[in-house]
Amino acid sequence: MAARVRIPTPLRQLTKGERLIEVGAADLGQAIDELDRRFPGFRARLLDEHGEVLRFVNIFVNERDVRFLGGLRTPLADGAEVSIVPAMAGGAVPRD
Amino acid sequence: MGATGLVCRECGRRYALDPIFVCDACFGPLEVEYDHDGLNGEALRTRILSGPPSIWRYQDFLPVQRVPAWDLAPGYTPLVRAERLGKALGLNRLYLKDDTRNPTWSFKDRVVACAVAAARMFRFDVLSCASTGNLANAVAAHAAKAGLRAVVFIPTGIERAKVVATSMYRPTIVEVEGTYDDVNRLCLEIGEEHRWAIANVNVRPYYSEGAKTLGFEVAEQLGWQAPDRVVAPVGSGNMFVKIHKGLEEFQQLGVIAAHRVRMTGAQAEGCGPVATAYRAQTDTVVPVIPETLAKSIAIGNPADGHYVLDIARRSGGAVESVTDHETVEAIRLLAETEGLFTEPTGGVTVGVLRKLALAGAVDPDETVVAIISGIGLKALEAVESHLPAAVRIKPTLASFEERVLQPAGA
Repeated sequence: MAARVRIPTPLRQLTKGERLIEVGAADLGQAIDELDRRFPGFRARLLDEHGEVLRFVNIFVNERDVRFLGGLRTPLADGAEVSIVPAMAGGAVPRD
Repeated sequence: MGATGLVCRECGRRYALDPIFVCDACFGPLEVEYDHDGLNGEALRTRILSGPPSIWRYQDFLPVQRVPAWDLAPGYTPLVRAERLGKALGLNRLYLKDDTRNPTWSFKDRVVACAVAAARMFRFDVLSCASTGNLANAVAAHAAKAGLRAVVFIPTGIERAKVVATSMYRPTIVEVEGTYDDVNRLCLEIGEEHRWAIANVNVRPYYSEGAKTLGFEVAEQLGWQAPDRVVAPVGSGNMFVKIHKGLEEFQQLGVIAAHRVRMTGAQAEGCGPVATAYRAQTDTVVPVIPETLAKSIAIGNPADGHYVLDIARRSGGAVESVTDHETVEAIRLLAETEGLFTEPTGGVTVGVLRKLALAGAVDPDETVVAIISGIGLKALEAVESHLPAAVRIKPTLASFEERVLQPAGA
């Protein structure tokens, strides 16, 4: 079982510039575990302390937002494409 | 004087003025910071009043420099007193910000003017965007004026006139099989791999600042004061957030007096993730698959949704939604009372104001400004089946009297 994970610019420092990483995981959560083993600190950039995907991160499996799928339990079939993309926001007046 | 750098909205990390939009540390959005050289109040008002009748009169508050040869002069649109609509809604001091009067007939010209100036600052050759229609239209026109190549990405199923009007400027139009949210994700991925100025992606910190000018103009046109309430449509939420930011900047710098503006967001019921979260009193905006007549705000995963909720709550405003039926009724009411024909998004805005006013949630004596963000001619299919056909007659006086005068009771 191999899936491909597309790495966004802010995480490429961790992956030493690699843009596309192959993982052998059955679901998204396992894929993130594997990436964290290979690139320590990877998980903390995507998930909060409760294991929820951070507010400014969107994760897609085969072009579908995992919020509409099974979240971290979304299965990764052989050849699945995982995209991690920033949820861009326009910002506002800083809160004091 | 002017922009000094970028700062992460969430963690405060600072960056140079580059074509970047996300914090490397926390994925938070980047925001432009300014230094106003100690200028305030009267000095800033004088500088504004000596500027051109366009968004560029607020140059001191924008992150990019006007490029005279590229300028389509967007903004400085009329703020109209709406007495007849106000009477219908029971509001005594209602104004409409008529942003249909822009170079490509929507508010998007404001933000795109800033994006094209950013494209020049960073020496990009291609101007691009992920769009529900109006943004593509504005990008294509501004790129044409600047002599840049335009490549615009739209979802399938948007209004025909938006595609035709965009095509006129000869961009490459890429129709993506999916929703706006799919288009947006694709453009984020394209921005990672190709050196293009994508208006609402990698030059977003600059682009988005253009929307502050709506807030600036409203304050200036009310005689240098903030209204009691602004009602604005919420798609990505950027316009809503930046109107608020503009009014806050004016207050912080003493351009206008401090005043609480009830920021009120309008969404379509078929794509109302922020209104749903507002009603449920949660901070979590759950994405939806859009199903609405109001294509230009059919964004199921709004980038600024969380900030919209925060501002609406803190300011004593609200986020409300209306059905497609209420939207069409509101488009008609606006046209019939004020002579202003808006696209469905303007109908959503007026519809939400109507709903809140009829529920007694708006004080009749509040100064209310409703943002009418785009023109109805680009979305005829939304209304045409609801309208009566023309009265057809023979070219005779008898036919006129029989078919026109008699039914009209004249």
